[in-house]
Amino acid sequence: MRRNQVAVVGAAETTELGVIPNMSQIQLHADAALNAIADAGLKLSDIDGIATAVETPQQIAHYLGITPTWVDGTSVGGCSFMLHVRHAAAAIEAGLCKTVLITHAESGKSMIGKLPRSIPADSLQGQFEAPFGVYGPPSMFPIPVLRYMKTYGITHEQIAMVAVVQREWAAKNPRATMKDPITIADVLNSRMIAYPFRLLQCCLVTDGGGALILTSADRAKDFPRKPVYILGTGESVETPMVSQMETFNSSRAFKVAGPTAFKEAGITHKDVDHLMIYDAFAHLPLYGLGDLGFMPHEETGRFIADGNTRPGGKLPLNTNGGGLSYMHSGMYGMYALQESVRQMRGIAPAQVKDAKISVCHGVGGMFAASGTIIFTNEK
Amino acid sequence: MAEPARAKPKPTPETQHFWDGTQAGELRLQRCGACANVYFPPRPFCPSCASRKVSVFKASGKGKLYSYVINHRPAAPGFTPPYAIAVVELDEGPRMMSNIIDCPQTPEALELDMKLEVAFEKLDDKITLPMFRPAKA
Repeated sequence: MRRNQVAVVGAAETTELGVIPNMSQIQLHADAALNAIADAGLKLSDIDGIATAVETPQQIAHYLGITPTWVDGTSVGGCSFMLHVRHAAAAIEAGLCKTVLITHAESGKSMIGKLPRSIPADSLQGQFEAPFGVYGPPSMFPIPVLRYMKTYGITHEQIAMVAVVQREWAAKNPRATMKDPITIADVLNSRMIAYPFRLLQCCLVTDGGGALILTSADRAKDFPRKPVYILGTGESVETPMVSQMETFNSSRAFKVAGPTAFKEAGITHKDVDHLMIYDAFAHLPLYGLGDLGFMPHEETGRFIADGNTRPGGKLPLNTNGGGLSYMHSGMYGMYALQESVRQMRGIAPAQVKDAKISVCHGVGGMFAASGTIIFTNEK
Repeated sequence: MAEPARAKPKPTPETQHFWDGTQAGELRLQRCGACANVYFPPRPFCPSCASRKVSVFKASGKGKLYSYVINHRPAAPGFTPPYAIAVVELDEGPRMMSNIIDCPQTPEALELDMKLEVAFEKLDDKITLPMFRPAKA
């Protein structure tokens, strides 16, 4: 895909984040969509492309009253929205549509109008994983981490620092769910969830949503907001079965999506001013730093423990507080994208000064899928 | 009402040989006749070279502990926490999820790379699960 041909011209989250007992899941989609449309200065009738995940595009299109000429229902977990951005950019460039709305929302905490998730007993997961006691992401996502720690000499304290540093970012963000400072000892003494991970190394469970609006770069300059251009994109999938990953020492999907985006963007790691790595659990930023090529995996734990990703550090990471402290409705990728867009617009609560390039990396369905979007505010 | 039970696998035509194997006290894997790749989970073709010339064989049942979590909460129906959810690397190459029995469910007892051997746990008349225990020295 060519660089900077498509831009984000509208971006917004739901009016409230956290616990939203007065809205169903579909209404959270609509709330985010209407906020993004207002942000872009558009009308619903201007939207001719729609993408969403978990909820179907037909559901959201009908609820909003949109008649699209382009539809994407890619639903690969929390990074689905990174894939939507990539697909939408390609569709706009190909002339399939002009103005795309991407929505995400989940009533993850209040569970109002939320679709049930179940694993059929005759699926491969139902036969070869569920009988051994996996029960939701906390029991599955951390399964690789002990192997990763042994291979690369990563310590429990280093992984605890991921949560500590992200809380420092969250403290700067009025919309963050958790803002009180925490220490390594707080993390390592919090309630055990699935050894080696404790409560403060697991994502929050909240309600909320977000929406993005994309159009071609030549139209983007006529919008009220500063355009945020799509510089590079990547995506891949590996396996829905965490036990069947090629290795626990890295994510194959990360290693395809990340480098594909960097190559497309034509940038090196030194060019990156701001970084988001989807942190459903505290080990993911380590996998991301290694698999995206920022450093060898052996150095990821020390890099974070030394404070390089904290406010004032040389590589600002997860500056909204992340899934660990900002919010996590179940599919966090949309919130990572929203923070990248805010940073590129220069309006983030914890704004990185003069940031020009933001890398936003997502994961989905444990390590099943991945998507990477690289944004810039310079054309 | 009975106590909530452990999730029970339902075999498909492509996996029936595996579940017949565990009932017969065998851990069955598949090998490709074209490229000799050994793979899991079951399917009637080789995921490495796409050949349909594949055969089922009895694996050694030996392996080592590749990684695990010790799950505390939320616990799956039929499980009493804390319990380890393990991934075992079989001597033949493939990895599979299982539980570790005859072993304390603690980080001290569950050492990565410890040698394991298969043990079979009957759930009912149709399903027997492959479990692993520390290998006898």
